[in-house]
Amino acid sequence: MTESTEGTAEQLRLRERLARLRDLPLLRGVGVSGELSRLQHQIDRIAEEPSADEVWRAVELARHQDRPYTLDYVERIFDDFIELHGDRSFADDAALVTGIGRFNGQTVALVGHQKGRDIRERTHRNFGMTYPEGYRKAMRVMELADRHRFPVITLVDTPGAYPGVVAEQHGQGGWIARSQLLMLRLGVPTVSCIIGEGGSGGAVAIAVADRVLMQENAIYSVISPEGCAAILWRDAGEAKKAAAAFKPDAVHCLELGVIDGVVPEPPDGAHENMDAAAELLGESLGIALDDVKKRDPKARRRERSEKFRRMGIFLE
Amino acid sequence: MASRIDVSIEHRGPEPEPPGKHPNTCPSCHSHYRDEELDESLWVCPQCGHHFSVRARRRVDQLADRGTFEEQDKDLRSADPLAFFDLRAYSERIAEAEMATGLGDALIAGAASIERRPCELAVMDFAFMGGSMGSAVGEKFARACERAAEKGVPLVCVTASGGARMQEGILSLMQLPKTVAAVDLLHQKPAAFISVMTHPTTAGVLASFASLGDVIVAEPGALLAFTGPRVVQQTTREKLPEDFGLAESNARFGHVDAIVPRPELRPYLGRVLALFE
Repeated sequence: MTESTEGTAEQLRLRERLARLRDLPLLRGVGVSGELSRLQHQIDRIAEEPSADEVWRAVELARHQDRPYTLDYVERIFDDFIELHGDRSFADDAALVTGIGRFNGQTVALVGHQKGRDIRERTHRNFGMTYPEGYRKAMRVMELADRHRFPVITLVDTPGAYPGVVAEQHGQGGWIARSQLLMLRLGVPTVSCIIGEGGSGGAVAIAVADRVLMQENAIYSVISPEGCAAILWRDAGEAKKAAAAFKPDAVHCLELGVIDGVVPEPPDGAHENMDAAAELLGESLGIALDDVKKRDPKARRRERSEKFRRMGIFLE
Repeated sequence: MASRIDVSIEHRGPEPEPPGKHPNTCPSCHSHYRDEELDESLWVCPQCGHHFSVRARRRVDQLADRGTFEEQDKDLRSADPLAFFDLRAYSERIAEAEMATGLGDALIAGAASIERRPCELAVMDFAFMGGSMGSAVGEKFARACERAAEKGVPLVCVTASGGARMQEGILSLMQLPKTVAAVDLLHQKPAAFISVMTHPTTAGVLASFASLGDVIVAEPGALLAFTGPRVVQQTTREKLPEDFGLAESNARFGHVDAIVPRPELRPYLGRVLALFE
């Protein structure tokens, strides 16, 4: 951004963007905690339109093999956690973990995708790709949370819902739809954070929350860059171009009004320092939760619905 | 492995016709028809029963009582919020689809009556960019729900879609929770929601409002799948059952209430609407 061009449309846009940033409670919260330089770094980053290379860096970091997964965060953020298993119907989907735990001194329910660290665990976790059974398990635990007035935290990290024959037979599309519907109806406060890959329907199925956050280097997208490239460029090798075009990075998602805040990561990415990443995530989740807890349940539910009802940009 | 995954929401426009093959040739038995003949048979092959794709306006004519359809939000159009450019500009693709189909986007909606029962009717058109759902489709669907809830009439929605419109990036994915929130409004009222799934109803549309009907009806032979057979095959290398993802398979696994052949659809909807009155 050059200083010499005065009052250009671009400058106006930048000013608007910064004004919006100052209103973000999350970023303020991070500042209060003494992370001022990090806050400045983040504002600098967000103030600039991410380049194609930066978007691609986020894609790579979001998929980094050492990136912390849901259970890595649970271990560090929660004081106690009991995992709950099974959909009470057919199976226990290891690609998605659920449970109840202590977070900031209160009981909360946790739902999160789980990828595997080594090849054995990856296969067991199905690379974080959920079957309908996983969404049913998530729904069961969210209903439990609603009954007992436990806030719900969801952590999103999936390449997408599993694209297999049995998943289809068990109604993959329908369960993704019903999980979203249930999340809209919950009376309890809900906060989601995209902590890695927010892949398509499989991600949004558990991300219809009062506050949706994204880690700095996470991605949230309608299709994988490779999938998009294969269809529109007819060449999966053009993934980088595709990513630059559909902009799955946190900054763009914030700009488009899809997420409510960006959660900072340690300087070189969450994988470089899991403890620091967990601290930053825990802090942001706490601030967001406190913020939505203030509303009465009816108003909260209505505002959640209205937020998603408004999403989209069209001409009339 | 994960990086190879062509994630779930796929959509393509209609396959280009091979040269010399007329769109009115039945892909199943190769009989050939004139437009008037197919109009007469509701675009169902008189020889073998194959259900041809039906354009949105033709579908309205087939279902709504003559002269009752009052289209709303005609001027609502897709924007190009990402200035998306692949091999061509998204804005160009929209303009071309509008020229080719005569529609503002991939869904038309308005008040209608079916067998003298008042309702809101929303119909998708696969010929408009593969029936893909971007912000315009999501908004038009949501408004149809709001009108139905306000008037206390049922909503009948006929889907034909490859899924979310990836040229709108994450905003197209957000049309899933947006349309689900709109259906929630119907459920709260309650106003009946009848979902009619036609070929193809896949990915983002199947994973949102289409699957939330109080009653879900499918046309014979329609592909109703979250992930289409091509991607499932490529990703998993599984051997696919012959009827993978088809309406018949969905009925067997309990995902739809009925498979209704097109000639019976209108009277069937009439009976359903009467029961919800």
